[in-house]
Amino acid sequence: MITIAILLALGLLGVILFLLFRIQSLNSIFRGSFNKRVSASNRINAILFLVFLVVGGGAFFWSFSDAMKDFVVPVASVHAVWIESMFWTTMVVIGIVFVVTHILLFYYSYRYQYQDDKKAYYYPHNNKLEIIWTMIPAIVMALLVFSGWKAWTKITNPAPKDAVVVEIVGKQFNWLYRYPGKDNVLGVAKHTLIDATNELGIDFTDPKAMDDIFFSSGDIHIPKGKPVLFRIRSRDVTHDVYQPNFRIQMHAVPGMPTRFWFVPTKTNAEMAQETGNADFKYEIVCNQICGRGHFAMRATLVVDEPEDYQAWLAEQKSFAESNPDLVAKAKANQLQLVSAKEEAKSVKEAAL
Amino acid sequence: MASTDISLHKDLHHEHDVHDEHDHHDQHFIFKYIFSQDHKVIGKQFLITGIIWAFIGGALSSIFRLQLGWPQATVEWLEPILGKWVEGGKLNPEFYLGLVTMHGTIMVFFVLTAGLSGTFSNLLIPLQIGARDMASGFLNMLSYWFFFLSSIIMFTSLFLETGPASAGWTIYPPLSALPQAIPGSGAGMTLWLVAMVFFIVSSLLGSINYISTIINLRTPGMSMTKLPLTIWAFFLTAVLGVLSFPVLVSAALLLVFDRSFGTSFYLSEIYVAGEALTNVGGSPILFQHLFWFLGHPEVYIVILPGFGIVSEVIATNARKPIFGYRAMIGSMLGISLLSFIVWAHHMFVSGMNPFLGSVFMFLTLIIAVPSAVKVFNWLATLWRGNIVFTVPMMFSIGFVSLFISGGLTGIILGNSALDIQVHNTYFVVAHFHLVMGSAAFFGMFAGVYHWFPKMFGRMMDEKLGYVHFWLTFIGVYMVFMPMHYVGIAGFPRRYYSWTSFDLFQSFANINMYISLAAIIAWAAQFIFAFNFVYSIFRGRRATVNPWRSNTLEWTTPVNTGHGNWPGPIPYVYRWPYDYSKPGAAEDFIPQNIPYSQTESSNMPHEKDMA
Repeated sequence: MITIAILLALGLLGVILFLLFRIQSLNSIFRGSFNKRVSASNRINAILFLVFLVVGGGAFFWSFSDAMKDFVVPVASVHAVWIESMFWTTMVVIGIVFVVTHILLFYYSYRYQYQDDKKAYYYPHNNKLEIIWTMIPAIVMALLVFSGWKAWTKITNPAPKDAVVVEIVGKQFNWLYRYPGKDNVLGVAKHTLIDATNELGIDFTDPKAMDDIFFSSGDIHIPKGKPVLFRIRSRDVTHDVYQPNFRIQMHAVPGMPTRFWFVPTKTNAEMAQETGNADFKYEIVCNQICGRGHFAMRATLVVDEPEDYQAWLAEQKSFAESNPDLVAKAKANQLQLVSAKEEAKSVKEAAL
Repeated sequence: MASTDISLHKDLHHEHDVHDEHDHHDQHFIFKYIFSQDHKVIGKQFLITGIIWAFIGGALSSIFRLQLGWPQATVEWLEPILGKWVEGGKLNPEFYLGLVTMHGTIMVFFVLTAGLSGTFSNLLIPLQIGARDMASGFLNMLSYWFFFLSSIIMFTSLFLETGPASAGWTIYPPLSALPQAIPGSGAGMTLWLVAMVFFIVSSLLGSINYISTIINLRTPGMSMTKLPLTIWAFFLTAVLGVLSFPVLVSAALLLVFDRSFGTSFYLSEIYVAGEALTNVGGSPILFQHLFWFLGHPEVYIVILPGFGIVSEVIATNARKPIFGYRAMIGSMLGISLLSFIVWAHHMFVSGMNPFLGSVFMFLTLIIAVPSAVKVFNWLATLWRGNIVFTVPMMFSIGFVSLFISGGLTGIILGNSALDIQVHNTYFVVAHFHLVMGSAAFFGMFAGVYHWFPKMFGRMMDEKLGYVHFWLTFIGVYMVFMPMHYVGIAGFPRRYYSWTSFDLFQSFANINMYISLAAIIAWAAQFIFAFNFVYSIFRGRRATVNPWRSNTLEWTTPVNTGHGNWPGPIPYVYRWPYDYSKPGAAEDFIPQNIPYSQTESSNMPHEKDMA
């Protein structure tokens, strides 16, 4: 019933609009607007452009300042500060160009609207002007590129040797993470070894894997003021580790580990104070379309004072320790493999 | 118009032959209007198909903007259309990704490539260069029908049980290679790939035709530097297409192999749906390089026709030569060249070697320079003009505004250090919707309104056009300006909802506002649709040259027939921008008027050409 009523209403609206259109059409024929070079609309549109400039410009500046409190993401790492300052410098530069060109565009449209007694100025080119307005943007771009390049190389240079390493692995639809333990080396992991318990496929025949600490949930902990290197991988499709406060972002690619290092500068407590959110936790966001749960891949992260971080780390048990049966199984497989090889070897020797 | 063509006899004989070839008065309806080889009919076919696709693409975006604007709301009322994709009143999240994917695919390829280049290159190239038709009418006809075939296949994929392709319009593997990762990567992705192969065939057939025609079939006197800027734009667009679309075919082909024939071009060490796959050694990054090698020139394929159309419309309606004709050609050439060497700015955080990041940042920021030059030249064309605000002129001025706004944020995105923060956020979405979704569309609208009289012999209604313009211009700014704020705040794209994160709890109001503005802006397009269809049948009959323009298409009869000019093709003497020339009788001098007839306005260097 409601559907029919809505359709009828829409139909009626359509008829009314059509009639208005026909009336307007016939009206302009009677008024002879088609005989003039331009109709009254010309002046109206010229004024509307000016109105658009003023009202639109005003609305834009108002909305920008109104939204500012919501779009400024507090910085929390050393390089985030460089990126933030470069972002706003660039915004100021493009902002100036935006305002000046739009003023010219809409003002010229208004100022040079058609007048019967006027004639346009036949001015086909001016090469000197072309050179000037090529060189100035070129110089501005060069300056922007140079500062961008400097920041980029500093950010993407290899991490310092003493960086805290955390492996973050994306999968549909959550994050897994691993710490290298006391030996500071992540053990070998193979996708062929993955199962419900050993979600990373850690290979326990590798001695380096014995002290690895593995999580599939809970908070990642990192120390404030120290370099932290994220070793980023994926188990299935391409994901993306994105943390806006740290200004870090890097694809998680299956088959190719990637990395991003940074120095966090604010603990959770400090951020809680700054944002007014007592329950503040850094959140890691998946930023590459990965399927159904793409919007819900959340990892939480805690930045501790260095002592607190050490204390937390000391409390963690290695994955091998918590899952002795897994280790035993791996060792048994390895023994089987070794004895199979030896058997093959003796068979071969006997044959010769 | 008089012509100093003295070889009348020879021409008449030639025309007679040509006339014979095309003089099929008893040509069957099927070959005259359906499998037509006339470039004007083919142009209209592309246009109408493009418009239909634009409404479909807009409808898809309205649906997913419902989810984004009102995340708590239920959409059972959509069940009659969407069926099982509405589960418990909520849109299925995988179908949401399918909507987003198809919206992008449809708009970028089917509307802004085929619908834009296919329409205007076909319509205008022979008419503006002075040719009877394209170099090969047959290939041209095939070009449309391959596009039609591609459209049928892509449209069908929307209705599959497992859903249409859902890995984003960029269809990165492994997501697009593994149906177990998302259902849309099954049959939906297969149909996407098949449709795109036919689409690319269509595009290549068209491009080859456009290039050959422009190089070979210009009428005597029409040197390359007397071509209207529209033709330069279409020419460069076609060159870009020929060089870059085949690379997408290669990317797609390797993806087909990975999906169906057990290869590992893009796949390595994957454990998905409880199974460790055997593929080893491939790289998802390879796909990205191949895809973006097309992907970046593709966005210039989308915008270049707009550059040409807008230059033409602004000059005509400002009654002034386009300022810096050669600079405009040079900047389009520069943009075309540079467009091939900036692709990896889409891949700054893909995990590729950071050194490449530096290289591509540098190259990308260079491309801003010729773009800026074009904007300044358009502004200088308006300066001291005598502007007639026809509807196409309004859209052209809107184009310049939107191109400035969208282009400037490209400078932020091209900076790799800044891209770390805004990659894959709504900042990117806002940027490309301003340049492609708005500016390119405005170029298309300007073209449709301006050349409607040439296509259909009638004018579109002006008042409706003004209403359409203002609603759309205000609408697109209301949608996409606030979107930048959402992006700066780090909101990721292709997200079904942001409720999972503390980081993204703000901007609920703005998201609702964006959705509302988007739906209203889409609804406003129906005014255009009505105007377009109504005017074909009941529009005010056009005069021969309603815009008082200089280019050759306005020297053909109002209802342009086969072969374009009933008599000999006009000879060209001058460039197309003699508007408001001092000393001239009128404020325009068409290209086919010899200098001997315009003694009063000839410049010193033109006096010996009389």
